[in-house]
Amino acid sequence: MQKTSLSLLLGLIILVVLLMINISLGSVSIPLKDIFASFFNTEIDKETWRYIILNYRLPKAITAVLVGSGLALSGLLMQTLFRNPLAGPYVLGLSSGASLGVAIVILGGAVFGRFFSALILSKWTLVIAASLGSILVLLAVLATSFRVKDTMALLIIGLMFASLTSAVVSMLSYFSSSESLQKYIFWSFGSLGNLSWQEVFILTVFWSLGVIISIFCIKNLNALLLGETYAKSLGTNLKQNRILVILATGLLAGSITAFAGPIAFIGLAVPHLVRQVISKSDHLVLFPAVAIGGAILMLICDSIAQLPGSNLTLPINSITSLIGAPVVIWLLLRKKKLYF
Amino acid sequence: MKEKTKTKPILQAQELSIGYSDKIVAEDISLKINEAELVAVIGINGSGKSTLLKTLTGNLKCLSGTISIQQKNINEISVQKLSELISIVLTETQFSQNLLVEELVALGRQPYTNWLGQLSNKDINAVKQALQLLEIEDKSKRKCGSLSDGQLQKVFLARAIAQETPLIFLDEPTTHLDLYHKIFVLKLLKTLSRRTNKSIVFATHEINLALQLCDQIILVSNGKVTQKTPEELINSNLLQELFPKDLVEFDAATKNFKVL
Repeated sequence: MQKTSLSLLLGLIILVVLLMINISLGSVSIPLKDIFASFFNTEIDKETWRYIILNYRLPKAITAVLVGSGLALSGLLMQTLFRNPLAGPYVLGLSSGASLGVAIVILGGAVFGRFFSALILSKWTLVIAASLGSILVLLAVLATSFRVKDTMALLIIGLMFASLTSAVVSMLSYFSSSESLQKYIFWSFGSLGNLSWQEVFILTVFWSLGVIISIFCIKNLNALLLGETYAKSLGTNLKQNRILVILATGLLAGSITAFAGPIAFIGLAVPHLVRQVISKSDHLVLFPAVAIGGAILMLICDSIAQLPGSNLTLPINSITSLIGAPVVIWLLLRKKKLYF
Repeated sequence: MKEKTKTKPILQAQELSIGYSDKIVAEDISLKINEAELVAVIGINGSGKSTLLKTLTGNLKCLSGTISIQQKNINEISVQKLSELISIVLTETQFSQNLLVEELVALGRQPYTNWLGQLSNKDINAVKQALQLLEIEDKSKRKCGSLSDGQLQKVFLARAIAQETPLIFLDEPTTHLDLYHKIFVLKLLKTLSRRTNKSIVFATHEINLALQLCDQIILVSNGKVTQKTPEELINSNLLQELFPKDLVEFDAATKNFKVL
């Protein structure tokens, strides 16, 4: 127990250090003492620096923490619910649902006429479209989860929803103009930096709701590590638990995709990385560990995406894949087998 | 026989039909399992042993009839309450190989833990005792993925014991084990039922061993379920009719099956 608490504490310290590094990086270099000055409202060399730190870098760093921890947690939830090491938030078709919503708004504007084009200007339209898309797919999956007895079937249904929506997206892109196609592709790159404080607040509310619901599932998730028959024999209400877990994942992954775009691999890779450090399978331990791990990995990815020392910012979605995919391959080569 | 009259029934089934909506597996079943009894469920492959166990543990709705545990209808017992009455050991399930042995055994305490599943001192003691009983304390920090089939079988049995239920159901607990470990597990079940007053019901293909060790035998064959003591079963001609007569025959004199 002491060893795990120590690992968690160490993780928290690394998280705070990375948070500071992340805030200190950017196209404008700001000395460390001025970063602290802008936090504590003391005298600062340039007022613009305070503005950059408080209104651009800080919300972006907080977004990275929320996105990383939220996606990693929903990955853990999915892996345990489906008892499948390859499960992640995408398996329920949530990201694809969000993509469909955004694609209809951006690309559909070109296809269905000028009706939408006025709306596209607002960023909120994309957020609402992405949320609606995720919620629709989520509702469809929830509806089927009432009928389907086997969670494996649910996994396949989620994947089928994903192919269906991506087919519709392809169709829309085929008929749309290159200008709107570019807009859609930019959204699909993912972005952590576009959020105002108000949006960060809304994301925090959804994140907290998702985390609170999943905390109530901890005991049942532990039972599910033995499979559904054992879980039931230990007093787990399987159906209720399944709905709560899907709801929590939907809130976490759905809101994150809506605000930051589809971000790959964090949900899949982080639980496996954490299992390398923490030997316990108890979700009471895994929950904080995976949340911290996800936030750490997201901050690292975001720091790399900013290409320190240059004005360029790389798309965050490709960075998480560039890091995530080799990590999963490396784990497989080293361990021969991934467990959930 | 005098001893039998003193024992209390813990599980009773009356006029039970088991099966699925499109197929009846067995009908008109009457069973009685007493406290502290070791009961084997035998029958050929596909005869419905598993269906019977699933129905008796409440995992499958019976088609008609009643099952009562401690004089209470199983349909009126909540999932939570049932988890304090029945624990199970299954064959080959997909479970997390990442679980530590002590974690897996501790999951047996779930019916008694708080909403976060935290273990109290009482829970920790129960886990320790179960590990000791099966002589696997030294493996408590090992990952389940690194254990042999026989060791794993013991871990799952320890989990069921830690659940502290008056009834334990096991589905073929001796598959994958060599003869020595088969006998080890079955003798352990016997001692356990005597020492802790638990009723233990297990499905098995080890008819010879079951006849030697069990108090009662439940035979599932041709859509019929019969419950007898080993002596009664040997003296009936039911075992002679269990298998097609071209390869194997039951010899009542030696209480053994003989290859023809």
